[in-house]
Amino acid sequence: MREIPFETIADAVASACIEANRRLPDDVVRGLETILAFEKHPTAREVLRALLENARIAVKTGLPLCQDTGLVVVFADLGQDVHLTGGLLEDAVNEGVRRGYREGLLRSSMLARPLDRASNTGDNTPAVLHVRLVPGDTLRLTVAPKGGGCENMSATWMLTPAQGRRGVVHAIVARVKEAGGQPCPPLILGVGLGGSFELAALLAKRAAVMGPIGEPNSDPELADLEAEILEAVNATGIGPMGLGGATTALWVRVEFYPCHIASLPVALNVQCHSARHQTVEL
Amino acid sequence: MTSDDGPAIRLATPPTRDAVLELRAGDAVCLTGIICTARDAAHQRLIALLEAGKPLPIDLEGQVIYYCGPTPAPPGRPIGSAGPTTSSRMDAYAPVLHAHGVMATIGKGPRSEAVRAALVEHGAAYLVAVGGAGALLAQHVEACEIIAFPELGPEAIRQLTVRDFPTIVAYDAHGGSAFATPSLSFA
Repeated sequence: MREIPFETIADAVASACIEANRRLPDDVVRGLETILAFEKHPTAREVLRALLENARIAVKTGLPLCQDTGLVVVFADLGQDVHLTGGLLEDAVNEGVRRGYREGLLRSSMLARPLDRASNTGDNTPAVLHVRLVPGDTLRLTVAPKGGGCENMSATWMLTPAQGRRGVVHAIVARVKEAGGQPCPPLILGVGLGGSFELAALLAKRAAVMGPIGEPNSDPELADLEAEILEAVNATGIGPMGLGGATTALWVRVEFYPCHIASLPVALNVQCHSARHQTVEL
Repeated sequence: MTSDDGPAIRLATPPTRDAVLELRAGDAVCLTGIICTARDAAHQRLIALLEAGKPLPIDLEGQVIYYCGPTPAPPGRPIGSAGPTTSSRMDAYAPVLHAHGVMATIGKGPRSEAVRAALVEHGAAYLVAVGGAGALLAQHVEACEIIAFPELGPEAIRQLTVRDFPTIVAYDAHGGSAFATPSLSFA
């Protein structure tokens, strides 16, 4: 049994919040450079160049990449042989968010009560925490600040088995078209396929924020589905910021889970180009 | 930022009506002067005051409203990260504000037919800034002062002094649109 103290977790989360908000992950930068190489639309090219310049300025100045420093989503893979000391995991994560957002001068965007506009918690807590018990004696934390603009365009559908793969692609492409420039394309689309109503949404979020851009699914059928969705979404012509172009999405990632014979749950988590995430292992 | 056919138009803010009427969808426009931030909560308050017939904390006549809730300013800088938020959330309020003299709004993403009609009716424009480029856009803000609703934190109304603030005309005052999908069908 390995012990991990409360303070170690809080410190790690605080640093991850600050770093994630200032540094665009390398795979996202490479993804933007890759699509800039083949995008021909002049406005789209200007937008993509501005985004790459923005990433450089954020590192140089320490300013957050985006003023929407997000709701903090934390995926915690907790080894079964870890003993957490000094407090609860949830409290440690929230303590980290509190410190990170204050010290990093990040925006507080959380309302304590959803219908009360004057109930901003002032420190961006609480985080949304997803804990998974895994083998081993380490704690792996992925801290992913998620902007409201793109999260708002996400959706979950309960399709029928008859709608099948065509229905999945259709629902996702229709949603991206409907969203247009609102969620800050070029997008990363996380797709959750199967499971249940609530699990599909969680799979979609995990697909949107985890794993590198540019690396197709290890499952050939899902890799093919990812490629089909990416092509169909880019054929819409929505383009960066909705101002036209061939690069509406940077990448599509699908995660799946078995599902009931009567059901085909599908969820889409829309992630903007400011795809911020930091992973730490304690 | 440059447009398809050359360098950006320079627009002094607050702008004149004539200057706004000259803008065309797709034009790259750099703003220099005064603009005001307001997003969801500030709009709710402004509309409530208008409906109650009470005085407003800002003069809407000629105003350029930027849909933005910046991050806190680090020491030595006027503002933190300061990019646009999604404009469609303000669609319910925008026609009323244009009727009270607002000359332009700045945000991101397409908007409702009602907003586009209000722009044509009142001779106003909708500009977009690059969403998610808050660090870059902050370099074009020279001063920032909270002028209303400080209790709203990031949603307070701030007066910004901007220089060469880069935008693109998304909807002009003549019904033109720069978007691939011209307006929102569900709004």
